[in-house]
Amino acid sequence: MNPVDAVPATPPPEREKLTKKAITADHPTWCPACGDFAVLASFYKVIEKRQLPHENIVTLAGIGCSSRFPYFVNSHGAHFIHGRAVPLASAISLARPDLHVFLFGGDGDGFSIGGNHLDHGARKNIRLTYVIMDNFVYGLTKKQTSPTSPIGYRSKTDPTGAIDHPVNPIKKLIAAGATFVARTHAAQVNHMIQMIERAMDHDGFSVIECLSECIEFYPGAFDAGNPRKGGEFKLIEEKKWDDSPEDETRHDVTDEIAAYRLADAPFPGYFGVFYEIDRPTKNALEQKWIEASRAKTGNATDLEILQKTFDRMK
Amino acid sequence: MSSSPVLPEPAPSLPTGRADLRPEHIRDAVIRLAGNSQDGIQTAGAFLARLAGRSAQDVMTYMTIPSTISGGPSIFQVRIGSGEVLSAGDEADFLVAFYQHSYENHVDFLREGGVLLYDSDQVQPNRDDKRFVYVGVPITGLTVEALGGTAKDKGKNIFVLGLLASIFHLNTEKLKGLIRERFGGKDESIVSTALMAFQAGYAYPVRNLLSTLYEFEPSPRTSDRAQVTMDGNQALAYGLIAGGVRYGAGYPITPWSSVMEILRSEFPKYGGLFVQAEDELAAVSLALGFSYSGSLAVTGSAGPGISLKAEAIGWASMAEIPLIVVNVQRGGPSTGLPTNVEQSDLYQAIFGGHGDSPRVVLAAATVEDCFYTALEAARIARKYSTPVFILSDSSLATRIEAFDEPNLAELMQEPKPDLTPRPTGFKPYPLEAITQHAPPGTRMLEGKYPVVTGLEHDEMGHPTASPRLHAGMTAKRRKKYQQLADELPVPKVHGDPEGEVLLVGWGSTYGPIYEAVNRARARGERVSALHLRHLHPLPRGLDSIFERFRRIVVVEMNDQGLYGHGQLATVLRAQFCDPKIESLTKTDGLTYRVREILEGTFQ
Repeated sequence: MNPVDAVPATPPPEREKLTKKAITADHPTWCPACGDFAVLASFYKVIEKRQLPHENIVTLAGIGCSSRFPYFVNSHGAHFIHGRAVPLASAISLARPDLHVFLFGGDGDGFSIGGNHLDHGARKNIRLTYVIMDNFVYGLTKKQTSPTSPIGYRSKTDPTGAIDHPVNPIKKLIAAGATFVARTHAAQVNHMIQMIERAMDHDGFSVIECLSECIEFYPGAFDAGNPRKGGEFKLIEEKKWDDSPEDETRHDVTDEIAAYRLADAPFPGYFGVFYEIDRPTKNALEQKWIEASRAKTGNATDLEILQKTFDRMK
Repeated sequence: MSSSPVLPEPAPSLPTGRADLRPEHIRDAVIRLAGNSQDGIQTAGAFLARLAGRSAQDVMTYMTIPSTISGGPSIFQVRIGSGEVLSAGDEADFLVAFYQHSYENHVDFLREGGVLLYDSDQVQPNRDDKRFVYVGVPITGLTVEALGGTAKDKGKNIFVLGLLASIFHLNTEKLKGLIRERFGGKDESIVSTALMAFQAGYAYPVRNLLSTLYEFEPSPRTSDRAQVTMDGNQALAYGLIAGGVRYGAGYPITPWSSVMEILRSEFPKYGGLFVQAEDELAAVSLALGFSYSGSLAVTGSAGPGISLKAEAIGWASMAEIPLIVVNVQRGGPSTGLPTNVEQSDLYQAIFGGHGDSPRVVLAAATVEDCFYTALEAARIARKYSTPVFILSDSSLATRIEAFDEPNLAELMQEPKPDLTPRPTGFKPYPLEAITQHAPPGTRMLEGKYPVVTGLEHDEMGHPTASPRLHAGMTAKRRKKYQQLADELPVPKVHGDPEGEVLLVGWGSTYGPIYEAVNRARARGERVSALHLRHLHPLPRGLDSIFERFRRIVVVEMNDQGLYGHGQLATVLRAQFCDPKIESLTKTDGLTYRVREILEGTFQ
């Protein structure tokens, strides 16, 4: 069975335009003014703009406030367990090249309980887009320290201030082998849309860290990156390869060391694409192996292949 | 299929036998090869098993592997029979000892009058012990002589195979064919070296040292199907393929690993994929992702790995996603006895979930049954959209049996994801019907797309904490297993349908239990056996079977527990509240001997 066989023939021509209304599902259960609303709105915008076949959109999540995302998008979706959404999404991506796999989650889900899966999804370069809404705190369980909480942050589990060195998501992702790593801010809708679009166009494991404020347990956490709150939204200037003198100082997104250096900038740091390279996806490599294995059997039927195996055991 | 038995065949190249040899026709022989794991005794033993299978003899093997990283004492035991072979044998008729420690550790397993075949370059037996027939052959020296010094210790296994071929008058052409198949494709010199070693062993006048000429009786087998020879993990893997499973994920752990190794190479031939995951949690999550995407998938492990998968299996119960979970059991808990056998994960399989999360649990009884259990697991998982456990164990995983080739043309399943558009009114979680999901890529004509979820939900999959809905959905998830129980066949009693004692078993104890029943009945005991494949839910009608016996003895390889009963015995006592259900258990990490069951039951 070839997974591609599973895809129905060309979609019916009378397909209606995919409107925001058509992809909107339950009203979000997030607190009013939560940063995640803006992420959801940006995602709706991207879907509307790109007009993907409705049934081929899959939204997936683990556990956390932001991981409620699939309920708010009217698409096929799954709300999985804490930390394991990357392997779940990986299988869907590997088995079904016809689908657009979007994964949403938070910092606890992605960098703490799911940290190992994030590394391996990145190294295997599985084709999917993962938006991590990073609020520096556990919100659903009501204010415990998260893997990205800064040192000194007072939570219910660190009443005198967090003492553990926080994860640097961008460095972690680059080190693990992610082939598209970007950072954005939930108060910058246009930038978010740009990043999501570039991520979904990337053939590989694309991750966006999106600073998304928890209005309840860490208000003002990301004001330093928000010009409307007196902060600075420092964009990464990417190289245009135009041989101009200005280009000398711009960022080469294929330069791993330069990306590391950018990721080390003090908070609130830079926003934009840190790292983007082409490396064969596991999807492509496995497909190649499947095709070679099929060819070796002479494209025999399933019954013929198994029968041949049993003949060898007589 | 060859209809000729292993024996007899003319062997003109043999040294002329002594005229005083007493011919003995044997129905059954237990041959134990004892050496070190790097000696290739498994390879030699497997040749014997394959030969027997090819010759329509019944065969069963048993092996121990040290859990050390490389080397260590190891045995491979082959039992070849002209009738039905149910167990690997309580005692050996032939012991082949490669080393002094092999002789010392295993000589007690040799029956009185049995033959000790030993490497006289390595072993000095106590010949004052008059119970055995001593046959010393300088195996090491003769192998080096035949192959040259560079062979070192390699090739002794094949030399011994040649000796055994001569003693048992085995079909040498078939054996040489098997050697060519096994070593072919590699360096051609490997095949010729192996054949040289075989020929050297075969030409050695070993029959001069024996007082009896051994010959197998022709097999009474009547089946018109060819026999296939394989181990339990192979049968399980190919059963999954026949059942239409094309996707899966796993993480290496003894004794499950060979299942995933087979599937990793086999699935792509069928257009599918098996992924080696970073850990057990990722493995089960990947498998669930494959199943969600529309193709039933498999994951597996041994007990410790299943513990790690437990949370995700709970999600499968709640979200109602089909999944096959294989547990090739070993001695536990924790790292326990990684290369020994135990049936101590039954509770884990049935009750190992959080919340009310019933699941289906099946257990395979023999190597052949591994194939059919996998096939049935796939069918149940799809029909009831549920996780299904397959319990195997390390003895089934590694032992080789010959069995009738399954009718693949009849059994082969090739389901594809069902992406037909779903009509208006589609509910992912209907209260009054069994869930059948619409995989992603399916058009929903009403325009409403389903989210599968681990949160309690309403019929559309929306999260809810409604008391009425949690009660209703919990009942919905339970009822499908009750419906499954209704359709399960009532298991058949082996022996008379009524009597004094009913031995009840599950999993790999099938063989020794049935052999114990056969032996006890032959001496007049009124004893029967009942073997369960379906452990959760239990089939209907067990109570009326139990009624017809005075004692019910449940035989298991696990501990008697705090209250004196093994794991299945406890489940049966809870279900039937019947105080006559007794328990016979053991925890030595070894398969049951027939004698242990008989003594445990009647003393």
